[in-house]
Amino acid sequence: MEKKNPEDSFQVKIDAEEKIEPKDWMPDEYRRNLIRQISQHAHSEVIGMQPEGNWITRAPSLRAKAVLLAKIQDEGGHGLYLYSACETLGISRDELIEQLHSGKAKYSSIFNYPTLTWADIGAVGWLVDGAAIVNQVSLQRTSYGPYSRAMIRICKEESFHQRQGYEIMANMAKGTAEQKQMAQDALNRWWWPSLMMFGPHDTESAHSAKSMKWKIKRESNDELRQRFIDKTVQQAEVIGLSIPDPDLKWNEQRKHYDFGKINWEEFTNVLNGNGPCNKQRMANHIQAHQNGKWVREAAIAYAEKQKNKKVPA
Amino acid sequence: MSKEKQWPLWEVFIQSKTGLPYKHAGSVHAPDAEMALQNARDTYTRRGEGNSIWVVPSDAIIASNPADAESFYEPSNDKIYRHPTFYVMPEGAKHI
Repeated sequence: MEKKNPEDSFQVKIDAEEKIEPKDWMPDEYRRNLIRQISQHAHSEVIGMQPEGNWITRAPSLRAKAVLLAKIQDEGGHGLYLYSACETLGISRDELIEQLHSGKAKYSSIFNYPTLTWADIGAVGWLVDGAAIVNQVSLQRTSYGPYSRAMIRICKEESFHQRQGYEIMANMAKGTAEQKQMAQDALNRWWWPSLMMFGPHDTESAHSAKSMKWKIKRESNDELRQRFIDKTVQQAEVIGLSIPDPDLKWNEQRKHYDFGKINWEEFTNVLNGNGPCNKQRMANHIQAHQNGKWVREAAIAYAEKQKNKKVPA
Repeated sequence: MSKEKQWPLWEVFIQSKTGLPYKHAGSVHAPDAEMALQNARDTYTRRGEGNSIWVVPSDAIIASNPADAESFYEPSNDKIYRHPTFYVMPEGAKHI
């Protein structure tokens, strides 16, 4: 029998919808692509804790504060599921953190925008988590087993996040004129960055073709973006807020909403480090990591001391 | 920057209800077993998913190699008489 080239048998497996597991053979580029995507995803979860953390001490009620704390704890947990999945590819946690700090690894540029009012916490949950869910539901079928399992777990938890955000927006939208204005203002500021979360148009996306062939990604950036828009427009109508896009219009032929042009210049600019909060987000993460160093070291020293004690004299 | 010593990695297995098997959930880093359990609880059971947790040092797990699957499982493949459908039952016999 003719010996098959490993990349061919790999593709046969992918095409048959079989999951790839950590010890299976995989092309180096598949591994690299996964590490890039999963680590970016993990970093986004963790950096995403910062804009929301901004409002913990100023949450308008005890209920709102407890909910926000639980949500932010979830985001940290999601980061950990994803780091854990990423580490199965043979990269260590400290390398991942180092890549974040050096700027080699990216995180979602949406988290470089500030949360100015309480309504922003609503908008982040409704739109940012809403967009993330559309992406993550699709990624539940990604070809790499550990990534897929992390996505399934995350999706189960995310829907609370989106609902709590939408609840905040709904309550503010039916409050005083001033509160409704705050909600509308938050929607105005978060709408376009949320659409950018899906990444560049398919024709411009650097990693898309290979990722689709290997089924790391299951649907294209534009397909996912369209799905998010289609489901969100109605939700805005229900609470009486308007989407800040004059070109937004139902297209009966396509059975989708048409929408206006996305400002990709802004996207690239924020991605390249020039968004309103890039420096602050990174400085906070580096500082927290450095400040925790002595704790990590002390815990290791304690564990070693306990281990040595157990050796009988 | 001096290389910081890393917390060891632990694999986490969760039993969702008594009577059910433990299932792999993911991994955590922790300096010792006690903290591994606590980190596993905080990471993987925030919504009552767990009745009981096992943590196992990752390097203590010995795994078979998927590339060897064919030869590794071959010895049992030709023993179809291990399946109940192998046996011919007389017509009309019930509850068997």
